[in-house]
Order: sequence, then C-alpha cells, then structure tokens
Amino acid sequence: MKAAIVVFPGINRDRDMAIALEKCSGRTPRMVWHKETDLEGVDLVVIPGGFSYGDYLRCGAMAAQSPVMGAIRAHAARGGHILGVCNGFQILTEAGLLPGALLRNANLRFLSMDCHLRVERADTDFTSRYQTGAVFRSPMAHGDGNYFADDATLERLEGENHVAFRYVTLTGEPTASANRNGSARNIAGIYSANLRILGLMPHPEDLVDPLMGGTDGKPLFDGISAALSDTLAA
Amino acid sequence: MMKAVVTVMLKTGVLDPQGKAIGQALHGLGFGNVGEVRMGKVIEFELAEADPAKAKAQAEDMARKLLANTVIEGFKVEII
Amino acid sequence: MAKDVNQALAREFGLSADEYARVLDIMGRTPSLTELGIFSVMWSEHCSYKSSRVWLKTLPTTAPWVIHGPGENAGVVDIGEGLAAIFKMESHNHPSFIEPYQGAATGVGGILRDVFTMGARPIANLNALRFGDPKLPRTKRIVDGVVRGIGGYGNCVGVPTVGGEINFHPAYNGNPLVNAMTVGIAARDKIFLSAAAGIGNPVVYVGSKTGRDGIHGATMASAEFGKDSEEKRPTVQVGDPFTEKLLIEACLELMATDAIVAIQDMGAAGLTSSSVEMAGKGGVGIELDLDAVPQRETHMTAYEMMLSESQERMLIVVKPERREMAQAIFEKWDLDFAVIGHLTDTGRIVVKHNGTVEADIPLDPLAEQAPLYHRPIAETPKRPSLGPVVDTAGLGAALETLIACPDLASRSWVWDQYDSTVGGQTVKRPGASDAAIVKLEGRARALALTTDCTPRYVLADPEAGGAQAVAEAWRNITATGARPLAITDNMNFANPEKPEIMGQFAAAIRGMAAACVALDFPVVSGNVSLYNETEGRPILPTPAIGGLGVLEDAAQAVGVALTPGLDLVLVGSTAGWLGQSLWLREIAGREDGPPPPVDLAAERFNGDFVRGQILQGHVRACHDCSDGGLLVAIAEMTMAGTAGARLLPGPAGVAPHAFWFGEDQGRYILAVPDAAAVLQAAAFAGVPAIRLGESNAGDLTLPDGTTMSVAALRSANERFFRAWMDEPGQA
Repeated sequence: MKAAIVVFPGINRDRDMAIALEKCSGRTPRMVWHKETDLEGVDLVVIPGGFSYGDYLRCGAMAAQSPVMGAIRAHAARGGHILGVCNGFQILTEAGLLPGALLRNANLRFLSMDCHLRVERADTDFTSRYQTGAVFRSPMAHGDGNYFADDATLERLEGENHVAFRYVTLTGEPTASANRNGSARNIAGIYSANLRILGLMPHPEDLVDPLMGGTDGKPLFDGISAALSDTLAA
Repeated sequence: MMKAVVTVMLKTGVLDPQGKAIGQALHGLGFGNVGEVRMGKVIEFELAEADPAKAKAQAEDMARKLLANTVIEGFKVEII
Repeated sequence: MAKDVNQALAREFGLSADEYARVLDIMGRTPSLTELGIFSVMWSEHCSYKSSRVWLKTLPTTAPWVIHGPGENAGVVDIGEGLAAIFKMESHNHPSFIEPYQGAATGVGGILRDVFTMGARPIANLNALRFGDPKLPRTKRIVDGVVRGIGGYGNCVGVPTVGGEINFHPAYNGNPLVNAMTVGIAARDKIFLSAAAGIGNPVVYVGSKTGRDGIHGATMASAEFGKDSEEKRPTVQVGDPFTEKLLIEACLELMATDAIVAIQDMGAAGLTSSSVEMAGKGGVGIELDLDAVPQRETHMTAYEMMLSESQERMLIVVKPERREMAQAIFEKWDLDFAVIGHLTDTGRIVVKHNGTVEADIPLDPLAEQAPLYHRPIAETPKRPSLGPVVDTAGLGAALETLIACPDLASRSWVWDQYDSTVGGQTVKRPGASDAAIVKLEGRARALALTTDCTPRYVLADPEAGGAQAVAEAWRNITATGARPLAITDNMNFANPEKPEIMGQFAAAIRGMAAACVALDFPVVSGNVSLYNETEGRPILPTPAIGGLGVLEDAAQAVGVALTPGLDLVLVGSTAGWLGQSLWLREIAGREDGPPPPVDLAAERFNGDFVRGQILQGHVRACHDCSDGGLLVAIAEMTMAGTAGARLLPGPAGVAPHAFWFGEDQGRYILAVPDAAAVLQAAAFAGVPAIRLGESNAGDLTLPDGTTMSVAALRSANERFFRAWMDEPGQA
C-alpha cells in the first residue's frame, strides 16, 4: 500500500499517523505538502488530525480550499481510498466529500480522553480486521467533534449502513454518557457512499503500541494496509 | 472602496451550545426576560469595488465558498 | 510625543533615582524616550534578576551530564544516544490574573519558544498552577480561563500536556500562579545559542507582526503620549498558537541547515531584550532599522516597537550567503521574514526609525552596570513543634474528606481538556504515574517529567520547604524507575524589598541547593517572579520545581495503578509527622507546626533502592507518599487501578492517624508480587521497609476494619472539580 499523508499548515498528528501506517503497512508514507497537486500512484490518502489554519473561521474550512484538495477530489473520483481523522474528518465534510458537519462539543470544552467505539460493519476495506459489533478503545482529542447532519441525511446514512463507528460504553451500548461530544446518534465516524472514504473523530493511530497503553487501533491500519496491498497485487 | 459585513449564523434547528450557555449566564445575572440566544460571527472586509451590487454579489459568493458552511450556517451580507 | 525625559518619568518607568543617575552617567546626556525604555526593561527585575541574582548564583548548576546550565534560553542536559533534553519553566502570573485565557496561553507560547529557539522539537508541556480560595467566584473564572488557555494553546501547537500540579490557597486570591514548562529534544551536537557573531551579518526578524501588545504597563498608566491615549493603552497580549506551530516547523527546518549564527526568541521586552542579549553575549554591536520591522498597526513609534511584547516572534542572525534560502523557508510557512539590521563592531545598540537615531547605547555598561541588590533579609522564625494532636475523625472519615478536598481531588476535569497523547509517544498520561513518561520517537528511551512544590511547607520553613520541593521532584521521577537528571526552577515570591520575603527567598534557595547537591540534581534553567502580592497580601512562597529524568527503556516505567494479588510494601521510615499536613488542615482545622524535615541522605538512599527494585523488574506499581500521607497514597493507587486492598495495623509506637496521614518524607509504596524478597533486599541495603498489606479484587479495608468501596472513593475524589465547574449554580 502506498499511503500519502497530507500536511496542511497547523496539522499536528501527521507524525503519529506516519508511525502507525509504517508500523502496520511496513512502508513509509509519503508526506504531501498542501500546495502539492499530484497524488498519482497513491492508494490511500490520509488527512491527519491537528488544527489546520488554527481552526480559525471553522475547523477545516480553509484547508478544504487548499490546492491539494483538487488532487484529493480527483483521487476520490477515481474510487481511491481516503482516511480523514479528527481535523481530517472535519476537512472532508467541509470539502463535501462526506456529509454533515462537526460542531462545537456539546459541553463547550475540549475533550481529551479515551472513548469506546463500536464497529458498525466489518465488511469494508477499513474494518475487515474487526468484527461487526466489536468495541474498541481509542483516544480522542477535539473541541469540535459533535457530528451534525439534517434528519434526511442521518436517515440515509443509517439506511445505507454508512455509519462506521459509534461512541458506546465498554459493553457496546450507545448511551448519552458515552457520547461525550453530543454527536447525532452517537456517530463517531462515517463512510462515503462507495465505502472508500472514512472520516472519524477519535485517534486510533495513537493506540497501536502496547507501550502507549494498547493496540486497539491497530486492526484499522492492518486492515486497510492488507486490503490495498491486495489491490496492488491483483 | 467599499466595506462588506458578512454575518454568519447557525441555521435554526442546529443546536447552538454557545448560545445556550450565554442564555444561561444572562439568566444567572438576573436578565430573566432573555429568550433563545443564538451566537454567530461577523466578518468585515474592504473590497476594491465601486458598484454596490457587484460588491454584494461577490461577498455572497465568498460566503458560500468559504465564510459560511451552508450545511449548518446561513449568512447575510451588508455593503456599507 | 514630546515627553520630557527626567527623573520623574524614570520613576514611572520603574527606575529608582540611583538607577536613573547611573543611566545619565552611562549616557553622558539625557537619554531619549526610547533609550529610557530600553534601560528600564533591561534593568527590570524580570530581565536583570537584580534582587535574586546574588542568591541564584549559589545554586549548583553542573554535573557531567549538564551541557548548558542557566544563562541560555533553557537548560540542556545529555540524555544519551547523542541526544539532549532542553527544558525550562517560566511564570506568566500577572497576565493570567488580568486575562486568564490569554495570560495562560501566551505563557505556554513563550516557554515553547525558549525551548525550540535552541534547536529542540518540543515533546512535552507541563505546568504548575496555584489558585485562590475555590469559594470565590473569581477563582472559578480564573481556573476556567487558565485551563482553557493552556489547552487552547498547547493542543493547537500539537505538544502534549502531560503533567502538572494545582494547589488552592487564599493567599493566591489576588495573585494566581501560572508556571509553564516545556521539554524538547535535539541532537546534542546541534544546539543553537543566542550569542551573535560576524560583523555585518544580517539580523532577521521572523514570525508575527509587531503591534502595541503589552507595552510596559507602568509607563502607559500615567504618561500621555498623544491625542488618543485610548488607542495606545497597553493591551493584553493575545496568543496565536497556529502561527507558533508554523514558527516551530519553519525554525526547525532552518535549523537543519547551516544558515543560523545565533537565534533568540522575543519574549518579555521583545525586540529590546532579544537584540541587546544577542549582541551583548556575542560581544558585538547591533544596528536596527525599525522601518523594516513588520508592523500590525500604523504610526508605531520606536519606543513602542522596541518594547512591544507581541507574541510568536524570533530574532535570527543568519549567514549572509544563506539569507535567500532562509527567506524561502519562512515564506513557505507564510511567516514574515525581514532583515531589520546588522551586526556592527561598535559595541553599541543603535536604533533608527524614519531616518532618525532613536537610541544609541553602549552595550557593555548596559549589561555590566545593571543594578544588583543585596537586599536585607529577615529569617523566618522556626515554628514551635505541634505537640500531641488527638484524632477525632477516625481513619475512614478522614480519608473520605481528604480525597475530596480541593488540594487532593482528582484533576481529571483539568487533564481531560489537555491533549496528552498528540505525538503518539505518551507512555504514562497525567495521573497514571508519579512523573509523566514520554518516549523518544523511534527509540526505547523515555523521559520522566514532573512539577512539584508544597508552598505551605515553604511558608512554615522556607529552607526545609525548598529542599522538599527538589526532593519531591526527584522522588516522583524515581518512583517511575527513571534516573533523575536535572531541574528547572520557577521562584514565585512576593515583594523582595520586604526583608521577611527576601529571607524566604534566601532560605528556600539554601534548602534547594542542599537538596540539589545531595541528590545530584542540578538546576539548569529557571525563572524568578517577584512582587506577587495584592494589596499588601503576599502569596505563599512558591519555588516550583520542574524535574527531568531519563529511562533507558520506556517499557520499564511503572505507574501508580494497583492490580489485585500484590503485596504492598512501604519503603522509608514513618514518625507520623502531622505538622503542616493536609490532615491537620482539613480534619483538625489548623495550618500549624513545622513541616516534615527532609533527611537528604535517607531520601537518596531510599530512592536509589526503589529505583533499583523497579529496574530489576520486582515492582508492579509505585507511588510516593506526599500530600495526605500514606493512606491517601494507597487510596490513589486503588482509584487509578482495578483493585482494592486490605491494610495491616501500623507499628505500635505511632498513633494510627499520625501513621496513616503523617507526611514524613522520603517514602514510597511499592506493589510487588513478593514482599519477602523486597523486604530482604531492603534489610540487606539498610533501607527501612515494612509490609502494609495486600491488594485484592474487592474494597479498601482499613486496619480498623472500615471498608470502603473503590467506586465510592473514586466518586468522592471526582466530585470537587465537576461539581464546581460543570454544575450550574455553584459559586
């Protein structure tokens, strides 16, 4: 798998993501500056977390207008895979590549803690190393992770099974208390219609090493690496 | 040279926790007659443009493309 | 603009009559307004350390692993594998009282710059915070703003906030303390210093534009500068963490080349102190052309530009042949880059603006004739010993009260707002271990980091309290298995012109120095913040210590979380010292008696033993005994983990409440699979150790039979911050 990590000014989890991808895929990802416009030959485009443009105006709003976004749209149009984490998820919604928007956390505070995520489907290129309904732990760290979409969009996401992860309790219940940021229907991550674009708020890339407290996030990167290596070989 | 003032507000129906918090704080200060509070932002800029209609159209275009996220926000443009 | 420079104005600028006479003597004429401004900031307490310097010089600052001690932007120590750790702590107390969010945020921004200006990538932030009485609405507003500010800045720049401490005391009502610490990593042979060199070399300004932020408040309060004084009032400095992040990346990119001769951040007194210090240290002159300074506001005067404290700016001396390359790097990151002057051989700082020379000062006398005071000191009288104190509460009730009190309540409400995992190297997050553990990317090696001070001890006995602050930092690092290397200190005291305050300062330094020597734990950087008092009410003397240690293998780090099926062993001896303890304050209602003495030899002996046991793999969890004593420490271990514990009665000679809540120093609780082996090793080493009980999968059972569920303890421990901050209607 050839992965590229897009770096916008203010992105700060680019190194975390590079470490996770390298650990799981065995290949060093290419770091792509936001002014570059060529993503030729890339299997997976990753937009990592951070504070692109300081989160000024709206999280992700200015990054969504960057030169590299043209190449990312073209990659999406080709059916390419894209992973957006945290600020990356916000950028994907601002760019219209995923539906909805991320609002200020319901309690108006930055939330930095572990959360538990339920895998809503395990038949995608991203989640094949999990079981459907499995619960895994992930750090999260954001001020604007409160997923919002209008009712029609939410119904469509649910109906077409495009919800990727939900905030749940340790035992898998999508309760209000497990939903710290106030997201609609406890949604922590969603897919595009072709299941090749995944956006999520938490940071599985920060939990791929037992030293850091666990490897709950590793199957996500193992899964996508395996899926895209197959593509390449085929 | 004209000045454009773009006001961006969350659409009705979108939860506005900041507005809610401000409302609670105002009630706490004794302003019991305060109803629903909504918080938005105001973006001001100068435009090298002589025709107010053109200036307005341009500012609206900017609002749609960048200043507002029309999934969640509405906007209003004033040219002064 | 025409303001007469005279002694009265000098006084408004904070210069005494003697100091102004010295200015006249150096200049041989009446200085210009800009010159007076430069003298006043360079000779201010903050820049010149005029009251504290004589004492600071007595601190031990060397060790084989110290690369740069005090005097540089931050301290530098060798951590092995060709790497150096660069770290410092600095205060932003007054700005945080005026505007808590921006004050704390810019405090974080400033200390980050001190560290990356030396070539280090910042890998961790910590802080040491002191607030007033939680019952005051103002305290709540300040805590909320400071926590948001630290998070707002640190989270955005992407440096994890991994540790810190918080105390409450009414003495901080009008004067909170916000001390921020940054730790960075650089190659040990690639450290950047601030001494300028190379006559004719260009002086480059990079970063944000200059505005009228934070210009010397004292001058502005009474001076009328022009028609609209409203517009020229000093303004709160506003932090821009996004620009800081770009500045970090751009500076590190430039530092990977050979373009830089010298570099210095523009901190307090911005352009003045950075240019004077760079030229002064290099023994060269400097000429600045202020017309070239990137400006955010119009019609700024030379005085305003030289004294502005606008944030996120750096001054760099570059090799002339690398100038274009350097410029390209900063332009890539959308940062201002302007050549604003050059180095000269005149030994003077010359400042030009609009074709006029606004300042022309000889640098040597500016530095060498800076005031230095041996201020009178009055020693703090020793407190009489406490005498017997009767227990009226019992162990269980006292424990529940203590773990719920503001000074011991869980800080998770605070940590949950700081990004502690960004970077992906945080092995032990806040609360998981006595010192935070941050691994070095791509290596097994890790740093152990902590901040410590017990101000009530320092007030009662500044010398013992100073020693205790250093010892506790050493102990917290030791309790993780790491080897303590060095400290940074942030000396927060009240008005040094009062002999009793200066006496506190001198005695605290004496205690710190003794501990530094005994523990091989030198001071490599620091900051002094004086005049911390409001309406004549001084803060508690607070020499906050930031400690750094190294662990060769991060996997060896132990935390505090208790698991079932282990023996609990106490290392260190317990006399049951209740003077200045939290039990005495919270249960008996007295802030009284002398603080626990620190036996530095025992401290070292016990700590070296504990570290050895950890590194030999005999220890599953370890926690030092500090605020609240033994029982609070055990409760903290159960709350952090997944276990309860059953405790044995303490030794017969010590009253139970004194044994379980006394704050005797130099003690650790070890959770081990095999107590007998550890006790035997301790006996062999001559270290006092006893078995306290064992952990289990159930409740916490006290020696008097009281049983408390860990869930109930946790809920009592979590209550304070969440009720105070998140429930409406609280003060």
